[in-house]
Amino acid sequence: MSAKKKQHVYSRSLDHAFLAVYNAYVFFIRFFRETFRGRMEFQEMVKQCYAIGNKSLLLISLTGFITGMVFTKQSRPSLAEFGATSWLPSLVAIAIVRALAALVTALISAGKIGSSIGAELGSMRVTEQIDAMEVSAVNPFKFLVVTRVLASTITIPILMFYCTLVSLMGAFLNVTLNEGTSFIAFFESAFEQITFLDIGTSVAKSVAYGFTIGIVGCYQGYNASKGTEGVGKAANSAVVISMFLIFIEEVIIVQVSNYFRV
Amino acid sequence: MQEMINNGEPVIEIKDLYKSFGNLHVLQGVDLTVEKGENVVVLGRSGTGKSVLIKIMVGLLTQDRGECIVLGREVSKLNEKELRDLRLKIGFSFQNSALYDSMTVRENLEFPLVRNVPNLSRAEINEQVEYVLDAVGLLQTINQVPSELSGGQRKRIGIARTLILKPEIMLYDEPTAGLDPITCLEINELINEVKEKYHTTSIIITHDLTCARETGDRVAMLLDGKFLKTGTFEEVFDTDEERIKSFYDYNFIQ
Repeated sequence: MSAKKKQHVYSRSLDHAFLAVYNAYVFFIRFFRETFRGRMEFQEMVKQCYAIGNKSLLLISLTGFITGMVFTKQSRPSLAEFGATSWLPSLVAIAIVRALAALVTALISAGKIGSSIGAELGSMRVTEQIDAMEVSAVNPFKFLVVTRVLASTITIPILMFYCTLVSLMGAFLNVTLNEGTSFIAFFESAFEQITFLDIGTSVAKSVAYGFTIGIVGCYQGYNASKGTEGVGKAANSAVVISMFLIFIEEVIIVQVSNYFRV
Repeated sequence: MQEMINNGEPVIEIKDLYKSFGNLHVLQGVDLTVEKGENVVVLGRSGTGKSVLIKIMVGLLTQDRGECIVLGREVSKLNEKELRDLRLKIGFSFQNSALYDSMTVRENLEFPLVRNVPNLSRAEINEQVEYVLDAVGLLQTINQVPSELSGGQRKRIGIARTLILKPEIMLYDEPTAGLDPITCLEINELINEVKEKYHTTSIIITHDLTCARETGDRVAMLLDGKFLKTGTFEEVFDTDEERIKSFYDYNFIQ
């Protein structure tokens, strides 16, 4: 490839990158504008909340339970060295409440819900169903995007609480089988170290993750093109981009919450 | 606006319309006038910009140059609310029907109705849905989902969904594409019935000559981004123009 042609390719890629950022920004702003304008599609939002919760419940139950159990099992030897296995419940609870539950819920939801939203909206775009809504004087953004983003923003924090509970149950099972700790003693010890800030941070995180998963999935699906290939691409990028953003948000929120903790 | 439009008065006026996609120049100075109550067929080969033309009329695409005036309003200059009001008067039947596949036929038909006509009672909604379904002869499919319907049934339901808002203008994008000859004839009959029953003005985009002959009061031949000839079916094809003749011969052989 000649130097000039190479330069042209780079310049086009750069143009596309800037355009993509601009389009995402416009989509983001439009979401807030449309949310507070006109009649809310409440019924569709409830339907989406149910679909999101229903889709992820089994997977979150399984991964949450295993996470709690395995984390407890892996932490035991280190604490046993210092004869501090009695600290296991609070150690595990801190890890689950502060980081694991929100992250596990978000990553599973990104894979399950993000891809499903991306594929659904993508296929609606390429089969002209979104155009059909538009020409029948219905606002497709309000009906499809606003409802799905709000539904995932509302549902993922609820799933996060559920994941926390299931993970703690996994941890309890491991502790009770090994140390014979009772249910009440385990949970008393577990919640001893948990503060309001921990729970607040977890909620804030899962709200941010839910919003990210919803908006990225919708953006990718709503702007899909090039037929069935575009639908696959939309579903795939919805997962990859939202997972990437979730980790960035994790770092930022942890930094902010640590500032308050000190 | 409706009282301003009388028979013989233009409902759609396209003036010197240009549209390109990158280096692909699709429409290159298109002119067309459609009068109230008329069925105009836009004929042309695939990829000549027929669908682009009607998408500009409903504001799904914007022209690069020229004017597209529908019901006295330049579509590209309308604000969101004005465009919404205009779209309520236009029915658009998509090539692949574009039925909402997560909804039943009933929900597909209710969807635009309940969002655009507020305060309808359940009984009124049911009555209107059943009326348009009966008009397209598919009342029995009311509780089916689109995946359970045949291609012809989907087209009919797509048309019913547009009729539920009682449009003044109907735009049909390839209404007979991908259908067997018998179903094509049924769709042609339906287009004519819609014109009579709902007093619509229509533009029918097609490359099917039987459809053009059966449904069009006037035919406009789109070639190389411009209308090459406009007139009745016989006037358009009674010509020595090689490109029109070859289009006719190809369809005849088909």
